[in-house]
Amino acid sequence: MVQAAPTGQSPQGARRVLSAVDHSADKARLKAELQSKINGMQSSRPSSRRLPTVPVLAGVLPGGGLQAGSAYSVTNSTTLAMALLAGPSGAGAWCSVIGMPTFSVEAAAGFGIALDRLVLVPHPGDQWLTVTAAMVDVVSIVLTCAPKHVAPSDASRLMARLRQRGAALVTMGPWPHSDATLSVTGSDWQGLGAGTGHLRSRRMRITARAATGRARTADLWLPGLQRGPWSTSTAAPAQAEPGQQEFSYRSARAS
Amino acid sequence: MNPTSLGEPVPASPTSTRTMVLWCPDWPITAALREYLLPAEHPVALIEKGEVFACSPAAREQGVKRGLRLREAQARCTTLTVLPYDPALDARSFEPVIAAVEEIMPGVQVLRPGLCALHAKGPARYYGSEEHASAVLLKALASIGLTATRVGVADSPFAAEHAARATEFLDDPGTDPAWIIPPGESASFLSSFPLEVLEEPALAVVLRRLGIRTLGDFAALTRADVRNRFGAEGALAHLKASGLDHHSVVERKPPAELDVVVHCEPPLARIDELTFTLRLSAEEFVNRLREAGLVCTVLVVRLHSESGEESARLWRHPRWFDADDVLDRVRWQLQGSGNVEHGLSSGISRVELSPETVEDLSDHADGLWGTGPDENIHHGLARVQSMLGHGAVLTAMVAGGRMLTDRQVFIPWGDPPSEAAAKSRDLPWPGQLPGPAPATVFDEPRPVEVLDGTGSAVDVDERGLLTAAPAVLVAMPPRQSVISSWAGPWPIVERWWDSNGRALNRFQVVDESGTAWLLLLEDHRWWAEASYD
Repeated sequence: MVQAAPTGQSPQGARRVLSAVDHSADKARLKAELQSKINGMQSSRPSSRRLPTVPVLAGVLPGGGLQAGSAYSVTNSTTLAMALLAGPSGAGAWCSVIGMPTFSVEAAAGFGIALDRLVLVPHPGDQWLTVTAAMVDVVSIVLTCAPKHVAPSDASRLMARLRQRGAALVTMGPWPHSDATLSVTGSDWQGLGAGTGHLRSRRMRITARAATGRARTADLWLPGLQRGPWSTSTAAPAQAEPGQQEFSYRSARAS
Repeated sequence: MNPTSLGEPVPASPTSTRTMVLWCPDWPITAALREYLLPAEHPVALIEKGEVFACSPAAREQGVKRGLRLREAQARCTTLTVLPYDPALDARSFEPVIAAVEEIMPGVQVLRPGLCALHAKGPARYYGSEEHASAVLLKALASIGLTATRVGVADSPFAAEHAARATEFLDDPGTDPAWIIPPGESASFLSSFPLEVLEEPALAVVLRRLGIRTLGDFAALTRADVRNRFGAEGALAHLKASGLDHHSVVERKPPAELDVVVHCEPPLARIDELTFTLRLSAEEFVNRLREAGLVCTVLVVRLHSESGEESARLWRHPRWFDADDVLDRVRWQLQGSGNVEHGLSSGISRVELSPETVEDLSDHADGLWGTGPDENIHHGLARVQSMLGHGAVLTAMVAGGRMLTDRQVFIPWGDPPSEAAAKSRDLPWPGQLPGPAPATVFDEPRPVEVLDGTGSAVDVDERGLLTAAPAVLVAMPPRQSVISSWAGPWPIVERWWDSNGRALNRFQVVDESGTAWLLLLEDHRWWAEASYD
């Protein structure tokens, strides 16, 4: 449902056109047109089925969103991993979190991950691979904290199963076959002073480095008081960095 | 005298059915003694709502009686064993008694746990006489360990019950505790009983004001008069007092046997052999349930090995078991490692499948377009559960609470959601965390250090004030990071009246890298409760 999200991979000409258009409706239409063109050029993979993705992340991920059968790694932020899960979960997919005893389900619920379709295996022990493979069979997206040493053959077998089942894998930490590595490269908190206030909102600068080496960045806003959905970026488009995307979460929430 | 001449509905035509009633005195106590394996002479009291509901003869000798408050009962009998009264236990433990009776005399009606009635005619003809039939019945019950039972035979269930209760007044203690009232003499037997035995207190009060004090006086009234004055209830009571009864014995239909027991001869050591042998039985198990219009949602699998070991395990199913599911559970119980206990060292000689919870089939019927989550999900998750144990695969709920770990409740896959958690979520929790929830909540708080500008530890004095402004956070010991903004202390005092209560201060801190932390200060030590990573 959010598959027609804009991507940051717009060519230079398109960006120039973008900045020239004033009316937001025209801009959105143009973006959608360009997006469909780009997607047409990009669908070179045989089984590139896209999973619903939160728009701002769809913009930085290679292929314009989470691809079924791919793996992504997140280096330093559980919040970012939750944002990756939020898209498929909001659209009715089952999610699984393996080997992360510190995963906060309250925060997950705040991001729109449906807890009744979330399965947690906090301590898989030494059966990590078996459990992950069994989960890949039944759920659409698996978030896991991979052990330090995974045999290359095991990793390729797991990838083969991912492709066969059409699931996506998100790992905390590096993963040999990941399509993109996402990390938080900047973080700004609002609402907290020197002994006053409390944390209200956060701006996260996200960098996604694709396997090809190409990096894209986007800004993500965490709203303050109403726990839960993400809001549209408050930064004006004219002042935005190249590649920065507006982020409308509402469309990604199915329930 | 003819009730039909009154031209209005009558309770039923008075019938006289020779009825045999079996009474086990103090059944709740007997059931509790058998359940908890206590000796018969032990003083026991069953408590309901803080008062004694029933007590054993040994306790009664020491002055414990029904209706006494728990503390007073304990004061009167210091060795008293106090157990909660459980009506389900009464009914459950009466089941083998009924089964034993049904083996020799069919057609038993359970009036209540401890009391059952049956037609006397058949057994009397088969065993020669009513006396002989009672003796056989008492002997059969003595063989399953019930020696204090009594039997009464009379023209109606009511009279027979009171005949059974009256056996304690029999002259000769050596004979069988059975009182047989010859046909037609039930009314005269009941005539001396007080009105209270009818268990109609309002009626008894009115009758006593009319000068009627015994059942005999009451039965002497004409039926039509009683009916006109006291209505249908009065007419029924009058029938009972006359030694007749409006209802006869309603025979119970023995419940269908749903358990399946498979004996393996010779014992099987291989799982594939065992599941192959079990396939037909598992299908039979499911079909029997289906014929009864039921589905099994909780299953108990008991495996007995040749050397006498037993492995029993409760398996829940989020939907209901079909034959393949049952076989899977047996296989997983044998295969599973880790938390799943099986540890059988020899071949399997016996497998028992018993449905622990059954539900109506119609409640679980599939909708036209399918209902419930995907079958695959259950299958896959149950497999992971079998590898890691029942409690390793979890679903989560958000509950109420001040500490973040209290706010998440984990429920093993297949178990029902916790209602307490759902209820506590809606309560106001003063002191709960404002703003967005942190993404990482440490299951055990991690020790950190917070220093002020001069490098000494920051603390909160007893008036709740900070000794210095926090300046440096040491989250991972060698690395120090400068605190760019912070807020606190937010005091949290939980159950200050209780020694298990806690008093602590909470802080939000953002370090120079932009990572926010939720810190706790308890007993002058700093902990990281969560991180907004």
